Amino acid sequence: MMPDLGTYATEVTLAYLGSLALIGGLTLWVWLRGRRVRAELETIENRSERKRHG
Amino acid sequence: MSTTSLWEYANPVKFMRLSGQVLPWVAGLAALLVGGGLFWGFFLTPDDFRQGSTVKIIFLHVPAALVAINAWVMMLVASLVWLIRRHHVAALAAKAAAPVGAVMTVIGLFTGAVWGQPMWGTWWAWDPRLTAFLILFLFYLGYIALWSAIEDADTAADLTAVLCLVGTVFAVLSRYAAFFWSQGLHQGASLSLQPGTRMDWVYKAPLYACMAGFTLLFVALLLAGTRTEIRARRSRALMVRERMYA
Amino acid sequence: MIALLTRDLRLAFRAGGGFGLGLGFFLVLAVLVPLGVGPDPRTLGLIAPGILWVGALLACLLSLDRIFALDHEDGSLDLLATAPIPLEGVVAIKALAHWLTTGLPLVLVAPLLGVLLNLAPPAYGWLLLSLLIGTPALSVIGAFGAALTVGLKRGGLLLSLLVLPLYIPTLVYGAEVVIRGAQGLDTLTPLLLLAGITAGSAAILPFAAALALRVNLR
Repeated sequence: MMPDLGTYATEVTLAYLGSLALIGGLTLWVWLRGRRVRAELETIENRSERKRHG
Repeated sequence: MSTTSLWEYANPVKFMRLSGQVLPWVAGLAALLVGGGLFWGFFLTPDDFRQGSTVKIIFLHVPAALVAINAWVMMLVASLVWLIRRHHVAALAAKAAAPVGAVMTVIGLFTGAVWGQPMWGTWWAWDPRLTAFLILFLFYLGYIALWSAIEDADTAADLTAVLCLVGTVFAVLSRYAAFFWSQGLHQGASLSLQPGTRMDWVYKAPLYACMAGFTLLFVALLLAGTRTEIRARRSRALMVRERMYA
Repeated sequence: MIALLTRDLRLAFRAGGGFGLGLGFFLVLAVLVPLGVGPDPRTLGLIAPGILWVGALLACLLSLDRIFALDHEDGSLDLLATAPIPLEGVVAIKALAHWLTTGLPLVLVAPLLGVLLNLAPPAYGWLLLSLLIGTPALSVIGAFGAALTVGLKRGGLLLSLLVLPLYIPTLVYGAEVVIRGAQGLDTLTPLLLLAGITAGSAAILPFAAALALRVNLR
């Protein structure tokens, strides 16, 4: 299944693994930050809601 | 009676609604194209006569470089929209695009360097294209740093927008300077990293798939990031109000 | 306008005004590089144009935050913004003052440091000319960077990060003039490009800097 990458096997594998790691890391960061900020907003909005409705 | 224009989505509420509906589809399609395209390129393409298996790196390098440049162009347009029409969504979109563009630039640099290894024998060579990308990375860093350094959101939006404008001019100038500068090297040191016009369909097809996939990935991360920035801005506004009326 | 210029010049020359700081740094760099790279005259001669230009860049950086920060702190920047001179003019004058107190001295001292770095004899004239044409760009670009960061307490490092990439075209063409001059090659192309960048920067950046100042003064 693995293609015979010949002499350049390390380089090509490194390129793919490294890039996928960077893409994965970026996506993870965007997603986690999104979740955190969303949770913060909900907390604050609930606080204001409660204050207004006694 | 309002005619539907793109400007409606400058309204944060409308933007949140539309982007919320669109995001899952864009993200899904992006995953499909990136995953499928890379799988195709890595496993199913033949080795090149001259470059061996390193030709497979093209499926990472070219799409990443494409997005790296386009992200900056998008930031430029968004900065102009902010400066002229004061739509907060535009400013926040530019802010959200920057980290994505920066990471894509790094991927472009990394894959470009690795691709060059078999040709140049070193892990880094000051090829003019790579050098221009390194310079672009510096511009991304400066832009992101400026956003982080300034407390007031509107001031930060204004200053980073001006930086983006001036930065674009100098980034273009730097690109030409990098090519001028590398003439000092003897010819043959510059590796043509662009797909030649003679590229076989065997390579073109997965390449286009990856280019489309990477672009959609950028859009997905951009939408997600902008939504986060809009929420963060609202959080801050509510916190300020809390403190005022506490 | 002239009054503003003389005022800024006088401030720079006073004790603690920063004059001489750039020169001192330039000299230190010209000593450090051979110490780091080895005394082989051939190596030094090869890298001298680049070292001198990079040194000029870095030395200029040192006094950039002074361009607006002092006036901003004591409120005179607000006064200048409402003065009859347009803010763009204020920026241009301040950039000029910076050049006269930092850039120009560097130009004059550079040939001496060229001797230390074994710069090839034909290159000295080109060194002077390229620095003379290029350093004003460094001051104007620096003024733009200073305008962006004027509101920040410790903006010095950020200022460097923002400004150094903007310096790249000037650096490339300026150093190229000296390198080609050292080999006796034709220097017209890089010289024209260098002059173009200086002229373009001087024409456009005062407007961008004034815009940034107005934002920061709000």
